[in-house]
Amino acid sequence: MTLATHDNTTQATFVTVAEPKRTRRSFADGVFADEHVMMVLSPVALLLIWEIAGRLGLIDLRFFPMPSQIFTELVGVMSSGELWLNTTASLQRLAIGFVLGGAPALALGILMGLVRPLRLFVDPLVAATYPVPKSAILPLILLVFGLGEASKVVMVAIGVFYPVIINTTAGVLAINRTYLDVGKHFRATPWQTFRTIALPGAMPFIMTGFKLGAGLGLILIAIAEMIGAKRGLGYMIWNAWEILQVEMMYIGILVIAVIGFIVTILLNQLERWMVPWQSGR
Amino acid sequence: MSSVLAFQSSDGTAGSAGRRAAADPPIRIRFVGTRKTFMIGSKPFVALEELNLDVAEGTFFCIVGPSGCGKTTLLRILAGLESPSEGRVECSRTGKEPPRMSMVFQGDSIFPWMSVWDNAAYALRLRGVAHAAIKETVDYYLDRTGLRRFADYYPHQLSGGMKQRVSIARAFANDPEILLMDEPFSALDEQNKTLLQEELLRIWEETRKTVLFITHSVDEAVTLGDRIMVMTAHPGRVKAIIDVPFERPRSVLELRAERSYGELVYRIWGHLRDEVQQARDQQQSNG
Ligand SMILES: Nc1ncnc2c1ncn2[C@@H]1O[C@H](COP(=O)(O)OP(=O)(O)OP(=O)(O)O)[C@@H](O)[C@H]1O
Ligand SMILES: [Mg+2]
Repeated sequence: MTLATHDNTTQATFVTVAEPKRTRRSFADGVFADEHVMMVLSPVALLLIWEIAGRLGLIDLRFFPMPSQIFTELVGVMSSGELWLNTTASLQRLAIGFVLGGAPALALGILMGLVRPLRLFVDPLVAATYPVPKSAILPLILLVFGLGEASKVVMVAIGVFYPVIINTTAGVLAINRTYLDVGKHFRATPWQTFRTIALPGAMPFIMTGFKLGAGLGLILIAIAEMIGAKRGLGYMIWNAWEILQVEMMYIGILVIAVIGFIVTILLNQLERWMVPWQSGR
Repeated sequence: MSSVLAFQSSDGTAGSAGRRAAADPPIRIRFVGTRKTFMIGSKPFVALEELNLDVAEGTFFCIVGPSGCGKTTLLRILAGLESPSEGRVECSRTGKEPPRMSMVFQGDSIFPWMSVWDNAAYALRLRGVAHAAIKETVDYYLDRTGLRRFADYYPHQLSGGMKQRVSIARAFANDPEILLMDEPFSALDEQNKTLLQEELLRIWEETRKTVLFITHSVDEAVTLGDRIMVMTAHPGRVKAIIDVPFERPRSVLELRAERSYGELVYRIWGHLRDEVQQARDQQQSNG
């Protein structure tokens, strides 16, 4: 052989450095790739370990009844309608408080982001009152708004208000200045600037604010309902403690957890809808 | 303008009004002693030194100058985004209103939260133009910029060149009397740039709006412009105004093959070279 390229002794050997991912998909790969499966996997695993630990006698069943026991109890309570009544009461307060706290926080937050003097004026108030634990002002709220519906709703509203206003302001401030210049150059009115630039531009931050607010609202509604309420999941948990009905306590906690879970899913879906330019992250 | 190839230039800040023949088109934009001073901390910083400049109706007016000499500042003042510290800017007007302007901004400026179509329609929607008219105009310019197929895309799904075209479509769709373009092609690769220059020339030659076009590329200025203003290093002043004699319609590639093209580019570089060097020295002594 005279041609070097055909000479066996000088021919290079090749190693693959890039190829399509996952050439052979196993069953586990498929399951783990499914986001919905991933989302319920860890809670199910926790329940399973709990159940096994209970059956093996590793945990005190007086304080930690097994999931199967709680479930049996749950079936009983559901048929009585009592659980449904308490759940809807809490949900209703949550929804009203969400709107009552979220809407002004959203409007004010955007205005603060756009209008510097307003921001300088309101910021100290927000900064000073934000760190106060919301549960610490519950007595004050009860004093002002009474033991009825209003105080519960106000607690939720306060919980939602802070993360929404703080995130919304930050979101508007994070908008690239060029975008605001574009609006100014094409003579956008203040309302048009609000609607076409500030609101959509801050939307990723706003959604984060609402998610945090939903979590806080849920925490606060449970606490608020433990005092002076006649209905609601917080009341149900507190009442169960007083009559030492441990399973009932767990049912209350479980329902709150499930509500939190569903709200998160709904808000994530809403985010995908409202922020289509960031999809696929 | 007797000979086509005798490049005329006027050096210094005096402007060109004095030489203007009676048959020349009327003045569209006039900078009168325009200065801009920014306060950096408590120190004043002159971004634009007293500028006296006339731009005639229907001129494709290019501005070149070293980085930081105040080109963007000049355009932003004209666009109403910045007010001059001294002097003023005047525009001739046809109706009651001041003339409508559209700016193509330096860098990314199309909204990530709007589709290509909505971005292009933005200025028209703000003005409350009837829906049917918006649709017709936007579709036309998306066609012209080759974006029709991507009308429903969001900016993050586009390449850099396509985003820049959206920005151009948005500016043109607004039907401006004066078009302001701030280095619209500087982020693009050579091939895309040439294509877009061709497209811009085609669209512009149809309408002959007054254009102020900033670029750092002398080639681009000579290819596109009727007149070129070279600015000095900071603080920005007029160093030279040069007429470009090439006739229209122009073809980007054919123009570049001509000998006189190279000569003109070389000549303008002569004006620019010292300024770029000076700008660099300034930056080094500052930093
Ligand atoms: N808002 C501002 N505040 C303070 N200084 C500014 C401001 N805007 C611009 N400058 C300064 O003014 C000078 C001119 O800026 P300008 O953006 O007009 O330059 P340019 O000629 O467009 O430069 P380039 O070619 O790099 O875009 C620069 O030195 C810049 O630092
Ligand atoms: Mg610039």
